[in-house]
Amino acid sequence: MTQTPLPPGHRWHDMGGTAAGPVPDDQHDFALWEKRVDALMVLCATKGHFTVDGLRRVLEDMGAEAFETMTYYERWIVSVSQNLIEAGVITQSELADKMQQVAARGPTYGEATA
Amino acid sequence: MPHDHADHDHLSPSGHPYRKDQDAPLTHWQQMEIALRELLIDKGVTTAGEIQNQINAMDSRSPANGAAVVARAWTDPAFKAALLADASAATREMGFDIGPMNLIAVENTQAAHNMIVCTLCSCYPRNLLGLPPDWYKSRAYRARTVKEPRAVLAEFGVTLPDGMTVRVHDSTADMRYIVLPARPKGTEGMDADGLAALVTRDSMIGTGLPLAP
Amino acid sequence: MSARVTVSARMPIGHVRAPAYLRGKTGTIERSIRPFPDPERLAYGQPATPVMLHRVRFTMADVWGPAAENPDDTIDAEIYETWLSEAPDAP
Repeated sequence: MTQTPLPPGHRWHDMGGTAAGPVPDDQHDFALWEKRVDALMVLCATKGHFTVDGLRRVLEDMGAEAFETMTYYERWIVSVSQNLIEAGVITQSELADKMQQVAARGPTYGEATA
Repeated sequence: MPHDHADHDHLSPSGHPYRKDQDAPLTHWQQMEIALRELLIDKGVTTAGEIQNQINAMDSRSPANGAAVVARAWTDPAFKAALLADASAATREMGFDIGPMNLIAVENTQAAHNMIVCTLCSCYPRNLLGLPPDWYKSRAYRARTVKEPRAVLAEFGVTLPDGMTVRVHDSTADMRYIVLPARPKGTEGMDADGLAALVTRDSMIGTGLPLAP
Repeated sequence: MSARVTVSARMPIGHVRAPAYLRGKTGTIERSIRPFPDPERLAYGQPATPVMLHRVRFTMADVWGPAAENPDDTIDAEIYETWLSEAPDAP
């Protein structure tokens, strides 16, 4: 593909027509924790705490590096949490404290899930 | 061998072999998921049962749902007309719970082949077909499909007859899309169940064609 | 709106629903859907007035010019009316 330089202000997530290699054919099954993130997003949106537009806004603002280095649902859990902080449903401090409690339960996902 | 613990590389810190999902080392982001979920339950925003029901609902959605819709459109002209006029209403009428999704069906013909992409994020008709494949969310698919759809199709092993137009649909806003593939030749005597088995996920995204009978 | 529309070439910051590769390009309204609450305000948790949503069809030639893979292939995209202006009718 011939590429013209992207204009100033072009955002990383706006990918249509940008340079890219072959379409990858890898595929993974979703883990339980990923399905839980998905469920939390749908439930919180359905209950009116934030919108899918807000989910996308935070994902976009996380930047290209997050897209390249974090998995899909890793980015989602950050965005869902950020939106719920902005909506006043949880506070940063509550989330941070709870994460420490979770980590203290054990080194695996199974052990850390109460 | 289930009880062979000789391979220490695959033991969890608790000394047991890893089981998928549960025994892998806890990541920072998984900590966040557990913490957020518990906070939301503690605050009465949701319940464990509600979360599980939502997971069950998503797990029950699969390309088989879309295949049933396509097969019915192939065998029931009135349904096909209804699907093309209002795909949300038509799929709900078939009994599929697609939630608030706004769905448009685009029909492949002898003259046109349709492909679905979302260049801004990864919008997908998840409430009918289940969660999207990883490649649908990739930079490569999102970047290239609107510029060189035929090259992308070739990577999926699809070559179109001469003279066929490619119509790409960029799912930028509130609508979701499903491709109604063309019914394969040699299927004249088949019923809807038999036909549904020929309808692949990729044929409903436009990166594939239905299987031959 | 007229059948021929041009997507604004603005480059604002923030959450935007008009893809950059279509900005400044002219296409034809394929169908007008209905108004939806403006996602560019919903994204910030703000009250959102409904904005008409159109599906606009562009040819690959409209979008990519001589670099088009196949000029007569098309791209349909949903564009909010806030991003569209009427284009002069094609001669």
